[in-house]
Amino acid sequence: MSGDGRPPALELIDVRAGYGRIDVLHGLTLSVPRGTVLALLGPNGAGKSTTVQIAGGRLVPRSGCLHVAGNHVNGASPGRLAKAGVCTIPEGRGIFPNLTVDENLWVMTNATRRARADVRDRALTFFPRLAEKRTQLAGTLSGGEQQMLAMSRALTTDPELLILDEVSLGLAPLIVKELYEAVAHLTTLGIAILVVEQFADTALAVADVAAIMGHGRIKAIGAPSAIAEQLSSAYLGGAA
Amino acid sequence: MQTFFAFTVVGIVTGAIYAVAASGLVVTYTTSGIFNFAHGAIGMFMAFLYWELRIHHHWPAPIALVVVVLVLSPMLGALIERVLMRKLTNAPVAVSMVVTLALLVILLGVATSIWSPGEGRRLPAFFAGDDVTIAGVRVTYHELITLAIAVMTAIGLRVLLFRTRIGVTMRAVVDNRDLAGLNGVLPERVASLSWALGAALAAIAGILIAPSITLNHTLLTLLVVNGYAAAMLGRLRSLPLTFVGALVLGLAQSYLIGYGGNVTLGSFRLIDAAQVVPTVFLFLIVVFLPQVRLTAGRVVSAIEPNVPSLRASLAWSGVFLVAMTLLSTTMSDFWLFNTSTALVLGLVMLSLVLLSGFAGHISLMQMTFVGLGAITAGRIVGTGSIWSVLAAGLLSAALGAAVALPALRLQPLYLALTTLAVALLGDWAFNQSWGFSGIGGTLTIARLHLPGVRFASEQSQLVLLTAAFCLFGVFVLWIRRGPFGRRLTAVRDSPVAASMLGLNLVATKTAVFALSAGMAGVAGALYGGLRSTVSPNDFIFLQSLFVFLVASFGGLTTVIGALFGGAFLALVPELQKHVPVDSIQYLGIGIGAIALAGNPHGFGGSMSEAGTRLREKLAARRDRQQVTVPTERPPAVVAS
Repeated sequence: MSGDGRPPALELIDVRAGYGRIDVLHGLTLSVPRGTVLALLGPNGAGKSTTVQIAGGRLVPRSGCLHVAGNHVNGASPGRLAKAGVCTIPEGRGIFPNLTVDENLWVMTNATRRARADVRDRALTFFPRLAEKRTQLAGTLSGGEQQMLAMSRALTTDPELLILDEVSLGLAPLIVKELYEAVAHLTTLGIAILVVEQFADTALAVADVAAIMGHGRIKAIGAPSAIAEQLSSAYLGGAA
Repeated sequence: MQTFFAFTVVGIVTGAIYAVAASGLVVTYTTSGIFNFAHGAIGMFMAFLYWELRIHHHWPAPIALVVVVLVLSPMLGALIERVLMRKLTNAPVAVSMVVTLALLVILLGVATSIWSPGEGRRLPAFFAGDDVTIAGVRVTYHELITLAIAVMTAIGLRVLLFRTRIGVTMRAVVDNRDLAGLNGVLPERVASLSWALGAALAAIAGILIAPSITLNHTLLTLLVVNGYAAAMLGRLRSLPLTFVGALVLGLAQSYLIGYGGNVTLGSFRLIDAAQVVPTVFLFLIVVFLPQVRLTAGRVVSAIEPNVPSLRASLAWSGVFLVAMTLLSTTMSDFWLFNTSTALVLGLVMLSLVLLSGFAGHISLMQMTFVGLGAITAGRIVGTGSIWSVLAAGLLSAALGAAVALPALRLQPLYLALTTLAVALLGDWAFNQSWGFSGIGGTLTIARLHLPGVRFASEQSQLVLLTAAFCLFGVFVLWIRRGPFGRRLTAVRDSPVAASMLGLNLVATKTAVFALSAGMAGVAGALYGGLRSTVSPNDFIFLQSLFVFLVASFGGLTTVIGALFGGAFLALVPELQKHVPVDSIQYLGIGIGAIALAGNPHGFGGSMSEAGTRLREKLAARRDRQQVTVPTERPPAVVAS
């Protein structure tokens, strides 16, 4: 799709994975080419979160391959993957509540070569609201501000691949808009993005490609407009 | 005023050492989530190592210090993290407790076999003899150095944790380990750094405190309880509060020693209480800590061993009793005595099966209950009568309830620390010869006699103790099957759900603690009778620790596990006589506990599982012979 012959930013090939004795992914194959935004949609229990966990290194596949930028990285720890350019903004608030905003930004430098001041300046330029709260504990920020702080990592650490897990959950529409402006900015930089959302509209608006998951597999993949039509039947269990 | 100032200086210096020890403990606990019971043992080991280099090999002090504090201790700390602790990241508290306690025992064992305890060793103070006079008080250079090191530790940790990236990253790992990984942090690298740092701080504390006492293995290991107490003031998290706690402790102790000599209460002098100040402090903090949030249950992946029916347990008891009675006729007095010891220690293990195995509480003071039981039987109530045994049980049960009540609302770790504190308090009380009357602080206890029967001979003791073991075994299993046992399981597995059902958590927990303590007390009365003469050393904290560790790898959920544990503990000293390796007891217990730490049901669990499988096989064969009723068994859940 990006057509330049380089390997995709993220590639999952026939991945099987799960927790304990329960399998969640039954042979998932998915690829996110460079510079593409892929929206991963699907009902509860479809395996979206598990997919995100696999891609971030938090869960190791039982079988199948995980490729990041063409490298086989099965079993790499989250820390190693983050250093290699995989940036996961996890579900919930991806911040350290007992560290100040400044310290949160400092910890992010573990994933990049950029200096501390550089990371801070970039984050605060993008989210000026955080500037006045630099010395405040991150746990005392509002939900939207916390999500901005979490999103700062994507903006400051130059990832190859960005994974957004339910970033809009529980946030006011205006905040969501602001966050997705950041996402739109990132797409202009040519970063591959995997967006996981239960609320499809937000994700479909920014996506180049959309996929529907169900029962641990990809049920349908295609242009966002085409996928939007299939959505209701997929969520209600019709598509198989 | 002059003397007051002098005692203040001493108090501050003592507090400074506690502060260094406690801060190391806090650093490892906060960054790895594992409370390192072996912290003091590491300090002890490193103090001995320093002695070895400095005194035995005549190294200059600076070189020996650098090698021990900056090279060997961090290496040991990182090694411990890599080999033992990394596996424990998501393990339940009970498992990590067993592992660090086992590490304590192993370090103690290694140290005693390298540096034999018989030999007296002294570590000189730094710049011994040199001092300055400040405001009319002589302050030695050693004291000044100690203070300087404590101040440097405080500043250094503050700078590390707030002004360096690795320090801020350490705090990030504490906050959210998973998220730290997503930020490009390698948590295991952070953990090994924090263990290295903790070990170095333990070493500094050990080396600084060693000159004021002779180099004594147990004393140095347990000195860190003072550190625990200080750290508890900061809830094991806050370093500033930890330093405050350490200072308060140091000063309190120093003033008690300074002024407590004149205050007497009968034969008791207040000055004698100086060494239990930290223990009392710890206990008080625990009492005033706020209630923790109840936790929801977590999935227990391993299946519980089968609980035999009343008929089966009675039948097995009968078989065991007959077999032991027959065997007893062939044994020498020596083996009769050892086997009886195994059985009576098995009784103590049974009290832990009830408490830890069924109810999920950890007690590091079981031998204190045993000691109290022995004293009650020997001194307070008509020695040798059945009443003395019953009184021993009741008194220990009362103590158990009293200890448990304030601590039960807290996390399992705090409860364990409380029992440790009380065990040390017991050590001290026993060593003050409270309750012991004979020469050298011993106590003579008569053997049990019932109307018409005297259990005076070794052989009759064996039969008596076998019967007692069977009785308690049947009793414990009966409890497990009954409504109270179900309540215990419910409270253990999900306190939230249990309280929603209207179960009274405090009453349930107190009852099981009292019951277990009572069983240990009865065991104490019988143990006293068997031994005839007991001394405070039989009931010290270290013995409680041995009992807990052996019980945990013997298996805390089965009667057979308790029997195995008792036999192991009783017979290992025997083994020592035939093995060239020193301290086989320490090493065996420590290594055994670590090896089986992952298996919650221990040896007994494996035995029970094997038994179940054997029965299934026999049943299947019988079915095949009797023809063809296909047995519908529920699919076996495999432990994962």
